[in-house]
Amino acid sequence: MRTFNFLAMNKNKIGREIPKNIEGIGELEPYSGAWKKLKKGWMDELTSPPPNKAKMPHADKVCDTLEEAIEKSNPKDGMTVSFHHHMRNGENILVRSIDILAKMGIKNITLASSSLNESHNPIIKYLEDGTITRIWTSGIRGKLGQAISSGVMDLPITIHSHGGRVRAIHTGKISIDLAIIAASAADEEGNATGSTGKSAFGSLGYAHIDSQYAKQVMVVTDDLVDYPCYPLSIKQIYVDFVVKVDSIGDSSKIASGTTRITKSPMDLRIAKLGADVIENSGFFNEGFSFQVGAGGASLAVAKFIREKMKRKNIKGSFLLGGVTSYGVDMLNEGLFKTIFDVQSFDAAVSTSLYNNKNHIEISAGHYASPFNCGCVTNKLDIVVLGALEIDLDFNVNVITGANGEVRGASGGHSDTASGAQLTVVVCPSFRGRISTINKRVQTVVTPGETVDVLVTERGICVNPMKPELEESLKKAGLNIKKIEDLQQEVEKIVGKAKEVKYSDKIVGLVEYRDGTIVDVIRQVIEE
Amino acid sequence: MLYIPGNNPAMLLHGSVYGADSLLLDLEDAVALNQKDAARNLIKQMIKHVDYGKTEVCVRVNHLDTPFGMEDLKAIVPLQPDAIRYPKTESVEELQRLITLVEQIEDEHGLPHDKMTIHIMIETALGVQNVFDIAKYSKRVDAITIGGQDLTADMNIKSSKNSSGIDLARKMIVMAAKANRIDAIDTVYVDIDDEEGLKQETEFIRQIGFSGKAVINPRQIDPIHEIYTPSDDEIRKAYRVVKEFNKNKAKGIGVFAIDGKMVDAPVVTRARYVLELSGVDHENI
Amino acid sequence: MKLIKKAQAGSFESSDILILASPVEEGEGRDIQIESGVFMQYGETIEKLIHQVLDQFEVNDVQLQIHDKGAIEPVILARMETVMQRALEMQKGTMY
Repeated sequence: MRTFNFLAMNKNKIGREIPKNIEGIGELEPYSGAWKKLKKGWMDELTSPPPNKAKMPHADKVCDTLEEAIEKSNPKDGMTVSFHHHMRNGENILVRSIDILAKMGIKNITLASSSLNESHNPIIKYLEDGTITRIWTSGIRGKLGQAISSGVMDLPITIHSHGGRVRAIHTGKISIDLAIIAASAADEEGNATGSTGKSAFGSLGYAHIDSQYAKQVMVVTDDLVDYPCYPLSIKQIYVDFVVKVDSIGDSSKIASGTTRITKSPMDLRIAKLGADVIENSGFFNEGFSFQVGAGGASLAVAKFIREKMKRKNIKGSFLLGGVTSYGVDMLNEGLFKTIFDVQSFDAAVSTSLYNNKNHIEISAGHYASPFNCGCVTNKLDIVVLGALEIDLDFNVNVITGANGEVRGASGGHSDTASGAQLTVVVCPSFRGRISTINKRVQTVVTPGETVDVLVTERGICVNPMKPELEESLKKAGLNIKKIEDLQQEVEKIVGKAKEVKYSDKIVGLVEYRDGTIVDVIRQVIEE
Repeated sequence: MLYIPGNNPAMLLHGSVYGADSLLLDLEDAVALNQKDAARNLIKQMIKHVDYGKTEVCVRVNHLDTPFGMEDLKAIVPLQPDAIRYPKTESVEELQRLITLVEQIEDEHGLPHDKMTIHIMIETALGVQNVFDIAKYSKRVDAITIGGQDLTADMNIKSSKNSSGIDLARKMIVMAAKANRIDAIDTVYVDIDDEEGLKQETEFIRQIGFSGKAVINPRQIDPIHEIYTPSDDEIRKAYRVVKEFNKNKAKGIGVFAIDGKMVDAPVVTRARYVLELSGVDHENI
Repeated sequence: MKLIKKAQAGSFESSDILILASPVEEGEGRDIQIESGVFMQYGETIEKLIHQVLDQFEVNDVQLQIHDKGAIEPVILARMETVMQRALEMQKGTMY
C-alpha cells in the first residue's frame, strides 16, 4: 500500500488542496478558473495523434465471438480499454469483456468508460485482484462507488465531465488501446448506429471519439444488418473488428424512471419555481436554447416551461443534451426547431432520432469539449441542473453522497454550467434529514462561478456575481434569500450534522473540463 | 388551505412550502382512531419547533362529543395556533361549550382570548339551518366552512360531480358569513387528478362568494390561486378606478364615469379588493 | 417509572421514526438499539434526545428498538413521548 500522508499540496482557485504530484499518475494542475485556460483561444497541451491504420480490400472484420475478437486485438498488461454508457443500467458488454480479459490473465488494465453504474458492480473483484488498476469515468454508483470510497484501489480514479473526456482523449491523457463499442445495429465493415435494431438506445455520441483515437476499435452488435448500415454514427474507416453477439443488453433499462414527469408534489413545486425563475431571468426569449437534466425536479421544469412557451407563444431554437421523450414531444409540437442529441435517456427517443431530420445526433466533443472551436454547450442559453449538495460559494457536488461515498455522476454538469448564459440548479433544500445547502460541499464538481441561481422549495438564492439577475427576480415577486440565510434556516430544521470522517488517502480526482483538478475525493473512515 | 394529516411527519414538515395561505393540521378525519394520541403529540411538537413563516396554522380538533376532543383542546389551545377548526357544529350551544372550554384553558395558561380564532365547520343539515346564528355568536369565529363529504352523507344524497345537492347549503353558508363580515371557505375537491373539474368548481364557488377553498393535495393549490388571482387586466382596471376615484374625491365628486361606465362607491370597494388580493398598495394611489 | 407493557409509536415512512419499547427487569438499565440512515450525521443527537425523554418520564429500565428514517428533533420527541405514554398506560383520548 502506498501512503499519501506526505504529499506536497497546492491550493486551487476555490481553496481545495490538490497534491502537486501523485506517483503513478503524474503532475496535477490545480483548477485556476472556469474560463482561464480557454480565454487565450488555444490550448498549450499537444494533441496525441490518432493511429494510422491500413487494411486490404475485402478483408473480413467479422468475428464470431467476443472472445475471438478480444484475442485478435492482442491484449497486453497495462492496456487501456474503453466503453460507452449509452445503455446505462441495461449495459452488459463491459463486464463480459473484462471477464474475458481477466480469464486471459491480463493485469493492470486502465478502464476508461464514459460512465459506470450499478450494472457494473461485478467488476469490484477485478479492482481487488489487480486486473483493473486505474479508472477514468464521468460517474460511479452503487456498490462500486462504495468499494472505491473504502479504498479498494491503490491509485485514485479520475472523474471527468463528458466534454473533459473528449479533451483527455485528444491530449493522450487517456490513451485507448482497445475501444469496445456496443451498437444496436452494425454492418460487416463496422458502420454502426444506436438508433435502430432490437436493442436501439438512441445516440452513440460518447463513442465517436473512442472510435477515432483508439489503437484498435471493436464494434459489438446484436443486429448485424446487410451492408451498409446507417445512419453512420460510427464509421467503418475507424473499425478493426465487428462482433455479433446475442444481446448487447436490455435497452428497456436505460430509462430507470428518470424520464417521466414526476408526481412528487415537492419536485413539482421546485420545478414550478425554477420555471418562474427562467421566465423572469431575461433569457426566456424567442429563439432560446434549453437543456434540462433527466429526472426529478430538473425534468419537471420542462413541463412548466412548455406551458409558458405555449402561453407566451415563444418558440425555441434547440434542445440539448440527454434527450427524453418529453423533449421529443416538445420538438414534435414545434416548440423547438432542433434537438441535438448526445445521449438518449429512454429507448423511445431512438425512433425520433432515426426518423426526424430535426433530431440530430452529435458527438460528445461537439456537445461539450472545451478543446475545439466551440461546442454546442457554448451556445446554450438556459440549463437546469440538479445537485446532491451546494455550498455558500455556489460550488456544486454531484459526485459524493452524504456519507462521503462516490455515488453520482459529473456528466455534462460542469460543461453546461460553464457554457450556458443562465445556469439554474434545482434541488430540495434537504433530503430526508440531510441538508443540501452546506457551508462547504464535500466534493466540488461544478465551480460556483459557473452557477447563477439555486432554486429550492424554501427559497431562491442568486449568485452575488449576478446582481442584475437578482434584481429582476425580486421584481417578479419571487422569494429571494441569501444563500447563507437559507443554509441557516435549513440547519435550524434538520439540526447540525456531524461531519464525515476521511483519511488522508485520496481515492478520486475530480477533473474540471479543461483538465485541471477541481477537487479530490478521500477515503471514508467507517466508524 | 391545505389539509395535512396530523400523524404524517413528512407532510407536517413540508406543508408550508407549497404556497398555501393556510395549513389545516388535522387531528380529526385524517387520523386513525388508535393514533389520536400520536398525532396530538406530533402536532404539538411540530408547532413548537417548526417555523411556519407567514403561512397561517390552523388545527382541526375532534368534536367534544368524541373521546378525543377534550384532549385535543388541552394539548393545542396552550400553543395558540392562528386558529382552531371545529368540526360538525350544529348549534349555538355547541359553539358556546367549545368557547367556554377554550377560554378556560387560556385562563389557566394566562393567555388572551383574542389571539387564536375559531373556524366553524358546518357538515350537517341541522348545522346549515342554524348557520346564521352560529356565525353571529362570537367575535372569535372568523370563518365558516362547509364540509361537503359529511354533509352529502348527512343529507343522504348521492355525490355528483357538480355537487348540486349541496348548492343551497353552500349559498346559505356564504350568506351567513357575509352577513357577519367573516370568511366563507369551501370544501375540498376530492378527485385530485381532475384539474379541470377543480377549476370549474373553483370558478363557481368564487362567483357565489367563497373567499377560499380547502385542498387535500398540494397540486391543487396553484389552480385555485390562478382563479382567485386577478388577471393583469383586472388589476390595471382596478388601479385606474381607485386612481380616478381619489382624483375626483379631491374635487368633491363621488360618482363619475370611466369609459362610459358609472363608477360609484361599491365599484371602488371591489376595485380595492382586487388590488388587495394582488398585493398592490392601494392606500396611496 | 416502570413500563407496564410493550408499546410502539411512529412508522417506517420517510421523516418518521419507529420506536418499540419493551419492559425489562428492574436494574437492567436502558438498552437502546438505533438503526438510522443518517446515523453517521445524527446518531449522537438521536441518542441524546432519547435519554432526555426517558429522564423526563423517569424510566431507567427499558429496551428500545429504534428505526429512524431521517426524523427531525420534534418528531423524535413526539414519538418518544407517545411510546412512553403508551407503555406506561398514561395516554389519553385515543382508541386501541
